[in-house]
Amino acid sequence: MTWDWSAVGDFMPLFRDGLLVTLKALALGSLISFALGLVWALLMRAPTRWVRWPVGAVTEFVRNTPLLVQLFFLFYVLPEWNITFSALTTGVVAIGLHYSTYTMQVYRAGIEGVPAGQWEAATALNLPLRRTWTAVILPQAIRRVVPALGNYVISMLKDTPMLMAITVLEMLGEARLYSQEHFQFTEPLTVIGVAFILISYPASLLLRALERRLVR
Amino acid sequence: MTPGLWELVLKGIWVTLQLLFLGSLVAGAVSFVVGVARTSRRWIVRFLAGLYTEVFRGTSALIMIFWVYFVLPLAFGWQLVPLWAGTLALGLTYGAYGSEIVRGALNAVDPAQREGGIALSFTPWQRMRLILLPQAVPEMIPSFCNLLVELLKGTALVSIMGMGDLAFSGNLVRLALQESAEIYAYILLIYFVIAFVITRLMRVLERRLKAGLGRAPERPAAARETRRASASGVGAASGGTS
Repeated sequence: MTWDWSAVGDFMPLFRDGLLVTLKALALGSLISFALGLVWALLMRAPTRWVRWPVGAVTEFVRNTPLLVQLFFLFYVLPEWNITFSALTTGVVAIGLHYSTYTMQVYRAGIEGVPAGQWEAATALNLPLRRTWTAVILPQAIRRVVPALGNYVISMLKDTPMLMAITVLEMLGEARLYSQEHFQFTEPLTVIGVAFILISYPASLLLRALERRLVR
Repeated sequence: MTPGLWELVLKGIWVTLQLLFLGSLVAGAVSFVVGVARTSRRWIVRFLAGLYTEVFRGTSALIMIFWVYFVLPLAFGWQLVPLWAGTLALGLTYGAYGSEIVRGALNAVDPAQREGGIALSFTPWQRMRLILLPQAVPEMIPSFCNLLVELLKGTALVSIMGMGDLAFSGNLVRLALQESAEIYAYILLIYFVIAFVITRLMRVLERRLKAGLGRAPERPAAARETRRASASGVGAASGGTS
């Protein structure tokens, strides 16, 4: 096994570019999944079955099919429908959509975890429904779900390399480009593998600490 | 779509199913070996098993696939057949997630059961085989079911390396038809059907195993997911890696 430190040095500027793209995709994907997940969770509490059933079916479908194929779907089908996004935007939308079906479950658990007495108190105070949600239920629910949402951010991080398949130059994309030009695979792939561990392991430790503090 | 193109899709399904089956065998073996090792009394065994879990869970499955395809042949001079390379990469990655399931279920067995084994002067191996595992395994089934669906979704990744699985044949058909929406809708649907079958089979398995212990399976799926989400241990294991 040969290890070439100069290749590591050569790869560093590309690695930095890729890292920035990865983090950007992660940040935007997280925001979309957090927002959409809450929307799904609230829709799943709609009084009518005609809202709950389609939302449940669609999210179940999205959750049980590969993100990669969903990426391809958006990347190739949207242009045919004359909707054009950049590759990065398409990827971010796909990740956000995919993970929103997971965060939805998290929110649902959080909302169901709010004690029934809180609902009753809101009714007793004659709070309108909107105020009940925004002032009573959601602040307590969100607090509980932060660590679980964090878990999915880490999962999303580990799914960002897929964006390479739709031409986004994130970390793995840069590594592949470099290794094809220089025929050195070991160094760039190891660098990004280590980078992933260096990000995700401390992040999971941080979440564990946060979980202890928030959930109790 | 013409029959020839359907044949391509069928071949893709076959490769995906093979990957799913072989990958789950490797992942299952890794899960149990590493998961049991994490409950070992020797710190070095626990440490090494923990290291394995963190490394394979910390990186992404796709990076592991690239590693197995490109770095292994250069580093050790042997190249794997694509099917085995994909199996190895997927099995090792998802096995790391599975080991957390095994560890959690073993820890969840009532400590009195372990003490009972000690009182009967069973050896550690006998305790594991006769007391702990039979009680822990049924508890693992719902989590393993989720993991198996994640593994199914993970098999699509090998298409990036040009292996002719379902996702890859979808791309070929797209190129032939120049009509993306239709073929991808079919491909997604096929994945969904496979996932649905997995979920059903695992539920049957859970019922069988729990009946053997005189317990009822956890019934509503919604309640199960709720509990898992609210009580999720960190380590991102509870999440999805697709």
